[in-house]
Amino acid sequence: MHRFANPARFLKIARPLTAWLFWPGLILLLAGAGCGLFVTPADYLQGDTVRILYIHVPAAWLGMGGWTGIAVAALMQLVWRHPLAAVAGRAIAMPGAFFTAICLVTGSIWGRPTWGTWWEWDGRMTSMLVLFFLYLGYIALANASARQGSGGVSPVTAIFGLVGAINIPIINRSVVWWNSLHQGPSITLRGSSIDTALLWPLGFTLAGFTLLFAAIVLMRMRAILAQNKIEARMQRLARG
Amino acid sequence: MKAKHQRLILAVVALLALIGAGLLAASALKDEAAYFYAPNDVKTKGVEPGKAIRLGGMVVKGSLKRASDGVTIHFDVTDGKATVPASFKGITPDLFREGSGVVAEGAFDAGGTFQATNLLAKHDERYMPRELEGMSYDEKTHKMKAER
Repeated sequence: MHRFANPARFLKIARPLTAWLFWPGLILLLAGAGCGLFVTPADYLQGDTVRILYIHVPAAWLGMGGWTGIAVAALMQLVWRHPLAAVAGRAIAMPGAFFTAICLVTGSIWGRPTWGTWWEWDGRMTSMLVLFFLYLGYIALANASARQGSGGVSPVTAIFGLVGAINIPIINRSVVWWNSLHQGPSITLRGSSIDTALLWPLGFTLAGFTLLFAAIVLMRMRAILAQNKIEARMQRLARG
Repeated sequence: MKAKHQRLILAVVALLALIGAGLLAASALKDEAAYFYAPNDVKTKGVEPGKAIRLGGMVVKGSLKRASDGVTIHFDVTDGKATVPASFKGITPDLFREGSGVVAEGAFDAGGTFQATNLLAKHDERYMPRELEGMSYDEKTHKMKAER
């Protein structure tokens, strides 16, 4: 990974990779959403309401995946002192928070017609809301403790990212450990209890959103590195 | 030992301590963080009448009865180990039906019947097309309406 510690080398790969992630991601997402809306049959119990699944599940996956990325970046920053890891942590935070919010909002909209409530304080919903607040805390801490010229997050922010990762397995297990209003996991290592006829567009939207997420993170990393360059140049100019 | 390895060991030890603390907290919260009482919890732990709780379980097939006033329903809630009677007055969620999950908010009366003030429908993790279920959605809805 230290081969990419040099921003110039990283940028040389990241620039074309962004497009290669963005456009296939967008096509997969649109195909999945279209098929999920118009091609798949309705659920036997929920009818057409089930179609919100194709957005809700990828949003939850990326909200949790985003924080996992923050934790991995934090570990690389703290242990290996990788200069780009700190930049990656900052770049992931905003899209991660965004997808967590989408997950909470779509879940709420889904809960009203099926469960009969917008919001309940059960284990799954509460732990997901905690994840959203962790993201807000991380973003605030990253902005407050930004180091001049590095563009990355401070070590304190990285430690916060690492500690907050404890919430990820809690979210995952919340419907297993505690009885909850949210149903148990549909997709496990043993298979899926979502029938194949309803499942396949989920693969499209999952892959599509994930590629888009990666493209957004790369764009943000490039923007932060570009900002660094500008600041360094301005400082040189100021010194004359 | 290189400084890098020292930091790695420190990070791993800190993470292990964190996971241990998280697991301890989760197991301590086991009862507190439960969203509802199952009928068997009610039987084994005992819930005094009048205490506001949530009761969750499956609506026993064939137990759903509508009182003569047209808005009060009586049904049994089971978790496979124990069964308790419940009643509710008001509009039920669309997904509330026999053989499906329910979470009822309310309290037990002196007679041991759960008087629900609010009903939430709980569905399971299975999703499938209507054809596979053997009965179409509309048929099912109409059947529910007929029972009411």
